[in-house]
Amino acid sequence: MSEVKTVATRVGFGETLVELGAERDDFIVMDADLAAATQTGKFKKAYPERFYNCGIAEQNMVSIAAGIAATGKKVVVSSFAMFAAGRAFEQVRNSVGYPHLNVIIGATHAGISVGEDGATHQCNEDIALMRTIPGMTIINPADDTEARMAVRAAFECDGPVYMRFGRLAVPVVFDENYNFQIGKGVELREGNDVTIIATGLMVKEALEAYDLLKTEGINARIINMATIKPIDRDIIIKAAKETGAIVTAEEHSVIGGLGSAVSEVVCETVPVPVVKLGVYDQFGHSGPAVKLLDEFGLRAVNIVEKAKAAIALKNA
Amino acid sequence: MEATFKKQLEEIACKVRIGIIEGVHAAKAGHPGGSLSIAEILTYLYFKEMNIDPENPKDAKRDRFVLSKGHAAPALYATLALRGFFPVDELITLRQIGSRLQGHPDMKNIPGVDMSTGSLGQGISTAVGMALSSKHFGDNYNVYTILGDGEIEEGQVWEAAMFAANKKLSNLTAFIDLNNLQIDGTIDEVNSAKPVDKKFEAFGWHVITIDGHDYDAIEAALQEAKTVDKPVAIIANTIKGKGVSYMENAVNWHGAAPNDELYAVAMEELTAALAAFN
Repeated sequence: MSEVKTVATRVGFGETLVELGAERDDFIVMDADLAAATQTGKFKKAYPERFYNCGIAEQNMVSIAAGIAATGKKVVVSSFAMFAAGRAFEQVRNSVGYPHLNVIIGATHAGISVGEDGATHQCNEDIALMRTIPGMTIINPADDTEARMAVRAAFECDGPVYMRFGRLAVPVVFDENYNFQIGKGVELREGNDVTIIATGLMVKEALEAYDLLKTEGINARIINMATIKPIDRDIIIKAAKETGAIVTAEEHSVIGGLGSAVSEVVCETVPVPVVKLGVYDQFGHSGPAVKLLDEFGLRAVNIVEKAKAAIALKNA
Repeated sequence: MEATFKKQLEEIACKVRIGIIEGVHAAKAGHPGGSLSIAEILTYLYFKEMNIDPENPKDAKRDRFVLSKGHAAPALYATLALRGFFPVDELITLRQIGSRLQGHPDMKNIPGVDMSTGSLGQGISTAVGMALSSKHFGDNYNVYTILGDGEIEEGQVWEAAMFAANKKLSNLTAFIDLNNLQIDGTIDEVNSAKPVDKKFEAFGWHVITIDGHDYDAIEAALQEAKTVDKPVAIIANTIKGKGVSYMENAVNWHGAAPNDELYAVAMEELTAALAAFN
């Protein structure tokens, strides 16, 4: 059995931009002095005349992108999630979101798995922030395959797209036959005892949790929810009806992210227990990413605990 | 400038001012002071300078304008209406439910508005983006923007200024409406960005200082702007509230609408000024 390939989703982001650069010349890529880290540096190297560095000025970069998009052109801006969604929030909201402009925001280094840089750079709030902007599409790919498909899909999207990528190399879960569609959750495993809805690097953990639960006689349904907005209501409602208990798993605050998005659908349609796994209203800190994921409870074993808790609530 | 044409522009600016006052009065809200101060600049841009066509407001090769000081929307709307982008009658729907004329410019719904603005400091960055797009894609149009002298306290303005000079965006011209007042008081009392000219020079811009109510000066500055290979800042010394006696240089008319009595006074002054052209 061959070893599972691991690669950070940001790599697929950068390399797909290069591929798209060969296919079309109607877009500009911008970065705010983090091109090597975000991987837009790959595009810069391939197409230096189509890349603009804004320097360390993310607010300006986002509004410049809005101006470019307002002239009918495509534009990709990239920075760390903390600065793209956090520092430039109001520019994303007013310059990009309000006029519903075709700006793709490639936000890398999201979540606790930034690792050693610590709390100031570990953005666990970006999905919550972006979700409040009307018309914003939010995509959080689970692996390299999905990241590459999502970047291509974002180019065909009408309106702004926030794409969330990680720093940490994560296992490749999907092969080229995977079918990614914006706004569609994907059922990866069948089961009717409980549904685990995961996003980003937690999808791999959810698949492991499926196997662990199976050994205990629990059949979990596993759903990959790459698009956080617009959320796939149908797949959530179906899961609530058929399994009666839901766990959400995300490398993001439990306030405002996937867990909130799923809860909002469930509580207004088929009210069943929703147990949220994520970062519990706290800042991160420095350390190796894999150890932080253990420490913050973002692992398959933690999903298993939450699944049992959800089932207990259902049966209570 | 030819005298007859200048007279025409002066007459239009007077009508712009009437549009501002009618709109703000009908809305019982809005920003008349900083709208009245830019009437000449907007009139020159839309009736002489810019390559635009009200019949084809989305023409990809048109010149662009961004009202970075978006609260002066009543002035932009009046100018656009008089230029033929939408009916002048619509100006009195300003800020009303169901009206296209939002409190701040909305590019999605108002013909002729090239960018949605209102949150200060962002407009100049979007204008920079348009200028960059024009150069990058070889479309060769020019981009104009107007900033307030209070607005330039926003740090983003200087991020944009740095970028525009670094990328040599010579197709970008920014007017700074230096009327010396912002909502909480004089700009010196609040947090002055002066010396404005030296700051833009230090950021690598070509700077021209003019009387913002003088058409000859506006024209000369815009001609000069075409000859330099840098972005151009035109520091326009203006009078806030210009054209309505009680609003001139009065901070309390930054964001307040006249009541019926003061509306009548303003309209009497402006219609008298208009009548003088005939």
